[in-house]
Amino acid sequence: MSIRLLKAVLMKIGFWALVALLVCYAVFPFYYAVITSLKPSSALFQIDYWINHVDLSNYAAVLSQSSFVQSIWNSILVAFCVVGISLTLGLTAAYALGRVRFRGRGAVLMIVLGVSMFPQVAVLSGLFEVIRTLNLYNTPWGLVLSYTIFTLPFTVWILTTFMRQLPGELEEAAIMDGATPWVTLVHVFMPLMWPAMATTGLLAFIAAWNEFLFALTFTLTDSQRTVPVGIALISGGSQYELPWGMIMAASVIVTVPLVVLVIIFQRRIVSGLTAGAVKG
Amino acid sequence: MAKLVLDKVNKRFGNAHIIRDVSLEIENGEFVVFVGPSGCGKSTLLRLIAGLESISGGELNIAGRRVNELAPRERGVGMVFQSYALYPHMTVYENIAFGLKLAKADKHSVRERVEQTARILQLETLLDRKPKALSGGQRQRVAMGRAMAREPDILLFDEPLSNLDASLRVQMRNEIARLHDRLGSTVVYVTHDQIEAMTLADKIVVLNGGIVEQVGSPRELYEHPRSRFVAGFIGSPRMNFLPVTLTAPDRHDSVVSSPHLGKLTLPIDTQGLEAGLPLTLGIRPEHIVLDDGAETTHQLPVANMEFLGNEAYVYLEVAGAEELLVCRTEATTPWRSGQSVTARIITASAHLFNADGHALQRQVRDQAAA
Repeated sequence: MSIRLLKAVLMKIGFWALVALLVCYAVFPFYYAVITSLKPSSALFQIDYWINHVDLSNYAAVLSQSSFVQSIWNSILVAFCVVGISLTLGLTAAYALGRVRFRGRGAVLMIVLGVSMFPQVAVLSGLFEVIRTLNLYNTPWGLVLSYTIFTLPFTVWILTTFMRQLPGELEEAAIMDGATPWVTLVHVFMPLMWPAMATTGLLAFIAAWNEFLFALTFTLTDSQRTVPVGIALISGGSQYELPWGMIMAASVIVTVPLVVLVIIFQRRIVSGLTAGAVKG
Repeated sequence: MAKLVLDKVNKRFGNAHIIRDVSLEIENGEFVVFVGPSGCGKSTLLRLIAGLESISGGELNIAGRRVNELAPRERGVGMVFQSYALYPHMTVYENIAFGLKLAKADKHSVRERVEQTARILQLETLLDRKPKALSGGQRQRVAMGRAMAREPDILLFDEPLSNLDASLRVQMRNEIARLHDRLGSTVVYVTHDQIEAMTLADKIVVLNGGIVEQVGSPRELYEHPRSRFVAGFIGSPRMNFLPVTLTAPDRHDSVVSSPHLGKLTLPIDTQGLEAGLPLTLGIRPEHIVLDDGAETTHQLPVANMEFLGNEAYVYLEVAGAEELLVCRTEATTPWRSGQSVTARIITASAHLFNADGHALQRQVRDQAAA
């Protein structure tokens, strides 16, 4: 009996030890970034795992750079536009691909998936030409265009999968009620697709928010940059100094909106997933 | 006035020919039930009428107007789906009002129509609820309300009761029947349950493999099935079929013989058929009388007895036949399994089918019809 009890206790301890290990693994880099950002630059290379006093000088320094603040606004504009366009196009595409029977539907889906497999670098030069031709170089719209190319495939795929799970009789009921496909999509399907839209919207937002390569290539001036590039280009007092404190402070500032968004939408994501049931 | 006429309607999906030359006339105010085994095309036929599937050939007329090419809403039909398909994010009120709003009715008349519909279906107290907060029967009523709200000429039901439990099904069956009496609209109703068909229908359409087997009132189908398929499909427990041989063809008194039942003289027209022809005898369970008949040689062993409270079914073993012979008897029947009995057939109620499954003309109009 006591051996059994011991075994149970050990199993429990082992389980929580494993959980602690995983949490450490996942959270430590971010934790260390926060810690570093709160240290004065003089204390930067003392290795501490706990902060004794909070020093906000790095944050003040970062936010006093007008180019960095501008890059936050650019990022917000680009990310929201990308999410809006991806969801609108993704939803309408998902209706066609998930609900309308037509020849070549599978082929279209495979092509959509195939496009997303190219590495960014492969399309960089071609896309550069496109953006130059469209006169979008060094504007946020050039970034919106190029990010949408990469967010659309997974948006379309996730929304199509979700759309297919909605009962077909629901659409037929709407047809019997005299709804056009557009009305069916907006008034019947969209309210049921919120969880999927929140998930895909969030993923698209994160992708657009954190993208670096295109942002670096398609923008030239400080006033048009987005945050990942802005952070990378933060420079210290001399070329021999890398201002880690400021970089970390900037990183924390740009990560906070993502965390807030996830917290806002997570309840929606979870609660909405089961609300679409027709029977039962 | 909404007479529904199908003229040689066909439906093909690729190579599969689902509906073959179905011609039907459904009068205004009639309650018509499509019944048949699964895969017989009854739901497809309903969807053709609704406009959810396109018609491959033939013509569909509603109120004298060809509607083949019209969209569902232009046909003046309302439909109740098997899964109800209520919009889960809308309240009962919004569910019923959805079609009216889309038809651009003004707010006031929408409210009036919804409230009137809710009153008929006793949904007034539930108008603010979401479908997930409703019971099965209530959802069913909301689905009916949604179909009725736009006052369609024809109401279509696609197996509407199959998701309900047995007692609720009987209750909803009654409600649908009463609703039809009150509204007087034309109803087309699909079911695989022949009891639903018998109890609800003015006219039953039996479908088999995309073909109309027989159209008629429940009584007609029960008493004068035109084929072995209809005879076996309508009625529960189903009709017994026994192989017999025609010994003396006649216009009124045909004699057939069976190794198990002996010689039988049946009031069925077998004129023009050859003696010795193998036929199938069809006899309903209530048309077999059992006695101990010690004097006869044709005795059958009792395989099983089912007591149902108000009646009992006695199953007899017939050598060489796959199925047991079912007899409906009084609940107080003394027979138990292992005993041997003589089965006497009420010949006036017997049916004969030829090798193709077609019924031979019975010469006796039934007691009920007389």
